[in-house]
Parts: sequence; structure tokens; C-alpha cells
Amino acid sequence: MTRQVLVIEDEPNIAEAISFILSRDGWSVSTHASGTTAVQAVRDAKPDVLILDVMLPGKSGYDILQDLRSADDTRALPVLMLTARGQKTDRELAERLGVNRFMTKPFSNSEMLTNLRELVGG
Amino acid sequence: MLTFNTLVGVCLLYVIMLFVVAFVADKRARRSKVRFLTSPMIYTLSLSVYCTAWTFYGAVGNAARSGLEYVTIYLGPTLVMIGWWWFLRKLVRVGRSQRVTSIADLVSSRYGKSNLLGVLVTLIAVIGTTPYIALQLQSVTLSFAVFARDRSAGWIIPDLEQTAIWVAGGLALFTILFGTRNLDVNERHHGVVTAIAVEAVVKLVALLAVGIFVVWGIGGGPQGIAAAMEQAIQAAPEGAWTLQGGRWVGLTFLSAAAFLTLPRMFQVLVVENVDERQLATASWAFPLYLFLMSLFVIPIAVVGLAILPKGENPDLFVLTLPLYFEQDGLAMLSFLGGFSSATSMVIVASIALATMVSNHIIMPIWLSTRLGAGASEYRDARQILLSARRLSIVGILALGYFYYRISGGGSALAAIGLISFAGVAQVLPAMAGGLFWRGASRSGAVAGLITGFAIWAYTLFLPSFGEAGVMSASVLAHGPWGIEALRPQALFGVNGLDPVVHALFWSLVLNCVVFVLISLLSFPSPLERLQAAQFVNVLDHSGPARGRSFNAATSEDLLVMAQQVMGSDQAQAWFQAQAEQQGKQGYLPDTTPDFIGRLERELSGLVGTATAHAMIAQILGGAAVSVDDLLAVADETQQMLEQTSQLEAKQLELTTTARQLSEVNEKLTQLSIQKDAFLSQISHELRTPMTSIRAFSEILRDGGASDPAAAARHASIIHDESVRLTRLLDDLLDLSVLENGQVQLYPRHEVLHEVLDRAIAATSSVIDQEKMHIHRNRSDEGVALYTDTDRLAQVFINLISNAAKYCDAKGKRLAIRVRQRGGRLQVDFVDNGSGVPFESQSMIFEKFSRLSDQAAAGGAGLGLAICREIMDKLDGSITYLPGQSGGAFRVTLPVGSHSPFGRTWPSDINHL
Repeated sequence: MTRQVLVIEDEPNIAEAISFILSRDGWSVSTHASGTTAVQAVRDAKPDVLILDVMLPGKSGYDILQDLRSADDTRALPVLMLTARGQKTDRELAERLGVNRFMTKPFSNSEMLTNLRELVGG
Repeated sequence: MLTFNTLVGVCLLYVIMLFVVAFVADKRARRSKVRFLTSPMIYTLSLSVYCTAWTFYGAVGNAARSGLEYVTIYLGPTLVMIGWWWFLRKLVRVGRSQRVTSIADLVSSRYGKSNLLGVLVTLIAVIGTTPYIALQLQSVTLSFAVFARDRSAGWIIPDLEQTAIWVAGGLALFTILFGTRNLDVNERHHGVVTAIAVEAVVKLVALLAVGIFVVWGIGGGPQGIAAAMEQAIQAAPEGAWTLQGGRWVGLTFLSAAAFLTLPRMFQVLVVENVDERQLATASWAFPLYLFLMSLFVIPIAVVGLAILPKGENPDLFVLTLPLYFEQDGLAMLSFLGGFSSATSMVIVASIALATMVSNHIIMPIWLSTRLGAGASEYRDARQILLSARRLSIVGILALGYFYYRISGGGSALAAIGLISFAGVAQVLPAMAGGLFWRGASRSGAVAGLITGFAIWAYTLFLPSFGEAGVMSASVLAHGPWGIEALRPQALFGVNGLDPVVHALFWSLVLNCVVFVLISLLSFPSPLERLQAAQFVNVLDHSGPARGRSFNAATSEDLLVMAQQVMGSDQAQAWFQAQAEQQGKQGYLPDTTPDFIGRLERELSGLVGTATAHAMIAQILGGAAVSVDDLLAVADETQQMLEQTSQLEAKQLELTTTARQLSEVNEKLTQLSIQKDAFLSQISHELRTPMTSIRAFSEILRDGGASDPAAAARHASIIHDESVRLTRLLDDLLDLSVLENGQVQLYPRHEVLHEVLDRAIAATSSVIDQEKMHIHRNRSDEGVALYTDTDRLAQVFINLISNAAKYCDAKGKRLAIRVRQRGGRLQVDFVDNGSGVPFESQSMIFEKFSRLSDQAAAGGAGLGLAICREIMDKLDGSITYLPGQSGGAFRVTLPVGSHSPFGRTWPSDINHL
């Protein structure tokens, strides 16, 4: 059974890289670049796991995460957060909001795969 | 048989006795056992300095010449004493409350501490008193001469003048010894006053003894005297013994005025007054004394006229009658009485005058030469003051002696006395006006005094030297330059008046008129007004002046006061220590002068000298707080207020500084936050391309995409992101350099279209790629520039490539329009896209303010920030033009040669 992953990332190159890595690993990948419509995109795609950038146009990754955690259908969705601002406070904020994994850009491809696999329990 | 040696010996013994009396009294006063000294009797007796040798000898002479007229001399003071409640009480109260030291001090103090007035009154007093002192020397010398003539077989006085010198010298010595032994703030001389009181008794006893001897010893009782009077009246020249109303009123008024204004009378009446209540007793006791003094004047005069040989000097009847009847003891007593009268007057007068001369003339001069001297030098002031006093005493007696020599000692005693009286009476208007009229002013007092004194000198004093003296006979008879109206003894044609009354009338009337007029016309100074109120209303706001009796003040009151100033514990400890020093237990030492002095010094250190003095004076209930004190207190308070306001100003300054500091702090915090945000931004901007680079390079490392096209694409992404990273770093460095102002500009001459050409050429790839059309009007672009055209081109490149990248129109077009306006060049870049949204317009020139949804365009968001910095350095500007058809930027530049190149730009903390 193919695992569904949604990548919300506004940098096209990064989104392409993640897509390639995950596709090659056998994931079913969809991407979304806007923060504003991200929550709706999650609802539509119903992924098994979500990769969420923090700095998004329109709505930050934190706000999106908060929205997801306060809605019943998305409360349990495993989320891997990515940020280019790797400060301690960012990680803390994300963890408080209920993130499952937190990675700082640039990241190691294998590490991302490991994290994702753990998140979906496989 | 009286020998000269006996006479001198008795005199010396008498003087030594006075010394002892004065010494003991002084000592008791210093030990604060002043009770008997405060007795009203001593005070009353001390007033008898009014009765000088003139009274003792001269009254009889006067009676012999003019009958009862001598009574006027006693009548004036009697009236003053009887009416003490209205005038004397106020005078004494003022004197006490203002701590007045002399009549000159009183007048000067009343009129705003005017030293001019002090000097003026002092001069009048000295000039007015000098004949009087001469008179005393004359009478003593004459009395010696009487003995010499009668006993020519036994002994002779070699030289009358030498006698006068000895007398003057002896008196100077006595006065110096007892008048200037120490300085009392209140100028009181208990020893001298007591000695004077003893002399008063001697005078009275002597005169009464002679009178009784004359009436019952040789005159045959009252009936005999009455008969002798009849005889004398008939023998006297026509009219001599008839009463002249004008002269009587004039002389009575004159003696009353002199009683108040004579320096020596002021000294005993006011300055030496220890307790105001003494006045009440003196008000009847002193008239009684005067009555007794005058009781036997007529009998002695008529008996003398009847018995003694014709041509005998009636001024000496008191002495010559007992001698004529060989009553040596009585003659001796009479001689001592006259001696007492003379010495007491000279001593008190010279003390009073010396105080005035030293306080108002010598000390001001000395102080003015010491201007700017430190406080330590002023400690010498005490010694200087004492020396000045002593010098003044010697000088005053010397003056008296010389007057005696010059006037030849020929005039009748009473005449000399009246001249003096009239002179010092000139002070009366200023004094009385000062006490009762608030409107009296300094200018008025000065003018009145000068007027009165001048008229007195012109009409009475100068003519007194005789026709061979200062004024020639023709001036006396016909006036100066023959102007009859100015005849000294008939001013303004007023003839037929007695010279004394004439002089008194004109001098006092004009004195008063000038005083009142000038006072009405002049405006007193604030200090003067203050003093005027203090003087005129003295009875309203001060209690009766009581003696500064240290025993009256309880230590407890002082302790309570000191506790308020020093603090409770310190005050108690200090008082205890003081008590211990006195050998006492507990906290309450005896209020000895020594202790009071130390307490005052102790408090001075805390509240200032004047305040300390005022506080203690209040509690001791002695001298009321004077205006001087109050002013000094106000001065100190002022200083404290100034210090307080300085402190307040400092506090305000500190508050301001603190606020500024907190503002700066806030700013720094803000800057720190901005810096963190900026670093965070940079981190993000750097990490983003790195993420792509790392991800794709790992993909390539792990074998890469099987599809060669995909692999090539991955490699090209890595390449593009590296370029992006490099450009970002370049921009950052560029911005940093621009912002720190360390940028070096290279201005050169170039025409605008060349710069635009270069910019378009540099952006040709992106223009081509985006298929953007550029519209220019080359005819407008021929503007000569002198600026760093490379930097300017950089701005143009940025704007053109931005337009190419961000213009969202189908057929991209960019219009470049050039205009010159007001000495400035405008270059507008307007595209046909949708432009920058209004809400973003204010941010686009900030760092990293790239419009996020167009991030794909690859800028780092520093381009416009750099443009703004560059235009700033070029003295130009770059702004977004709202309201155009699309995105529009305007670059402005100054046209012409003036440009700020070469300037070093200050670094701006706001930009990291």
C-alpha cells in the first residue's frame, strides 16, 4: 500500500528535491506551495503524513499546524516540520504546537526518509 | 588747711573708689548676678549724667544772671520723664528690639541701615558734644583754680592748661579702662553705670549740703533768703530777672530735645537700659532728683550775690561760698560734687561718642580696606574695634581740650551748654519722625539733618567763637556780603529774638520742613520700609523689653529647642556633657553666658549663625529678634532654598537622564530584536538555496536519477542555487558597505542615455527572456551627469530586471521617462503590470521585503534596499510612484556640479 505524503513548500527547487527523494522511496507525493490554502489542501489530499515548511507565503507553518491540531480530522496527522530558521525557539514553538518531527534545512535526505517512515509506523 | 596735694590726693582716692565700684559691678555683671544692677534706682541715678558741671556750677551762675530761667533746663527732662509712656517707652523698646548701640545707630538703622546717616549723626554729635566736654574741663580746671587763688600762699597751680591736660588725660584713661574693657553686643557697661550712680549721689549730697549750709548756716533761714532775693532782684540789671515767655518755652523745649538726643543721655536712657520697667520708676524718681538738684540754686545764687565780693564768678558760688567761710570739708565735698558731675558726663559722653565714631566711621573704613578678606581676618575685627574705641575716646577728649584752649575758657558755662543742646537737638526730627511716622524716609532725614545742622552752625556755633573767631563782626552785624536777610543772628529779618531761641527756631523749623517735604517726595527702599514698620509699630509686636537675664531662661527650653535642631539624642548628649563640665549631674547645665555662647556656636553649625542667635535670643526672652536677625535668617533660608532648588534641578536632570537611558535601552533592545530578526532572515535566505543544493547533491551522490535529463536538471538546479547563494552574499556585502557609509564613490562625467544604455545592455538576457518591451525617449536623455554612474547604472539594472521579472502583464512593457524639475533630474520606470499592492508599498525598500509569492524570481529581497542606499549616497532618492498604470519607480538626482562625493558617511546603528 502506497503511503501518501503531502509536501507544503513554497521553494520550488526544495519541493522538487523532496518529491524526487520520496517518490524514489515509493511514496505517493503531492506538493502545495501556498500557506493560505494549505489546510484545505491537507483536507483534500488526506495524506498519511505531512511535510510542512515554516516560512510560507500567506500563512506560516505554525498557524497551519495549529489549525490542523484543533480540527478533529487532522488532529492526529503526523507532521514533519522543516525550517530554514533553525533557532531553538522555533523548535520549541513547533513542539508546543504538537509537531511530530522537526528538521532544520538543509537536511539529510536519508534522515528525512527515516523520520517519515517512523511517523507512519513502517 | 587744704593743700594742693590733699586735693589731688582726695581726687585720686575718689577716682580709685570709683574704679573699685565699677570693677565690682562689672564682675558681678559678668557672673550674671545683675539683680541689683537692674534696680530702677541705679538706672535713675545714672540718668543724672544729664546734670553735668554746667548744672552743678552753672545753674547757680545762670540763676545769678537770669533768675529762674535755669529751671527750664530741668523742666524739659522732667516733662519727658513724666510723659515717658508716649515717647521714651517706644524709644527704649526700639532700642532694645533693634539692639541699637547709639543714637547714630538708631537713626541709621531706622532709615534702612544708612551708613551716611550714621556718619552724619556721629559728626553732629561729636561737633555738638565737643564744646560740652570743653565745658567740663573748664569747670574742673576753674574749680582747681579757685583753690589755687584762695590758697596762693600755700600752693599754686602752675598752669591751668596743664591742669586741663591732666584732667582730660585722666578721664580718657578711666573711660578706656572701663568703657572698652570688653565688647558687649549690647554695648552695656554695668561697671561704668554703677560708678555714675555713685557719682550722682555725691553730686546730690554735695549740692544739698552746700544749700543747707547756705540757707541755714549763713543765709538766716528761708526768711533771710527771701530778703536776699528781693535785694538781688533790685540789684540786677533791668529785665534780667523777668520771665521771657519765648525764651522759656524755647529753652524748655530745647532741654527736652537735648535730653533725648544727647549721645550720653541716649547711652544711659536707651542703651544701658536693662529693663523697660525701670522707666516707670525713673519717671518720677528722676524729676525728683532734678528737683532736689535745683532746690538750693536760687538761695546759693542770691546769698552769693549778697555776700561775696562783686565780680566774683557766679558759676563758682557753690565752691567759693564754703571757701569764703573757711568750710574746708564742705568745699572739698562741693569740689568732689563738681568733679563727679564733670567726670560722669565726660566718661559717658566719650563712651557713647567712641561707639558711634568707631562703629560708623572707623570700622566701615577698616572693613572697606579689608574687602574680600577671609573669615579668619575678621577675627581681628574685635581687637581692631576695641582699638578704634580707645582711639576715639582719646580723640574726643583731645577735641574737647582743644576747643577749651581755642574758646579761651571765657564763656559762661550755661551758654556753651545751650549751644551743644541746640546742635544735638537737630537729630530730634529724624528720630521722632522715625519712631512715629512710617513715611519718614532716608532722604528726608539726611536733608533735614544737614539743613538743621548747617543753620545751627551758621547761626549759633560759629558765632560762638566770638567776633574775632570764625565770623567777622561785620558778617554778624550786616550779614555776609552785606545781605541783611542772612545775618546769622537775625535770619530773614527776624530781629529781636534771643540768639539761642533764634537759632533753635530756624534750625529746627527748617529741619522739620525739609525732612517732611523730602520724605513725602522720596520713595523708601524695601529695607527702609521694613525698618519703618518695625520702628513705628514696635509696641504692637514686641513684649516689654526685659533684661537678658540668663537665669530666666530655663535650660529645659533650650534643650527642647536644641533637640529640634540637633536631634534628640545628640542634643541630650551635648547638654549632658556641658552639665558635666560645670560639675553638675543630669542634662540641664546652668545657663551661663559661656554655655549660651557655646550652644549658639553649636547650633550655628547646623542652622547658620543668624538663625542660631535668633533662636536663642527668643528663648532667653532678652532682646527681641531684630530685623537684622530676620534678614540674616531670611538670607540663610534663601541659601537653603537655593540649595534645595539646585537639588531639585539635579533630581530633574537625573530623572531626564534616567528616562533618556531607558529610551536608549529600549532602542537598543529594539535594535537587538531587529538584529536577531535580520540574522534570522539571513539564515533563512542562506539555508534555502543550500537546502536544494544539499538535497540534489545527495541525490546525485546516491546514484542520481535514472533519467539523464532529470539528472542534468538536478545538476543545473544545484548550479542555479549556488549562483543565487553567491549573489545573495554579494548583495549582503554591498548593502553592508553602503549602510556603513564606507563606500567609495567614483564620480565621473557621463550623459544619462549612456548610463541607461549600459543598464539595458546588462539586463538584456532577462529582458529577452521575459520578452519585455522598453520605451525610451532619447531626446530627453541628453542630460550631462557628474556622479558615480556605475552605481547609478546598478540602480537602473535593478529596476529594469525587477520590471522584467515581476511585471505580470501579457505583453510586458517598460516606459523610461526623463524629466528635469527644479534642478533635479527625474527618471521614472513605469511598467504595465499590476504594480505593487498598496499595503506593500511602504515595505518594498526594506531588506528581505521581496514579495513572497514571487520568490521564484530568485531575488533575495535586497535589491531595492541597495538601490535606496545608493541613491541616498548619490544625494538623490528612489521612491515608488503610486497611482500609475503599473509598477512605477522614480529615481531623482541632483543636476549640476554640486555633489557630496568624497564625504565619509557616518555609520548608522539602525542598520546593524
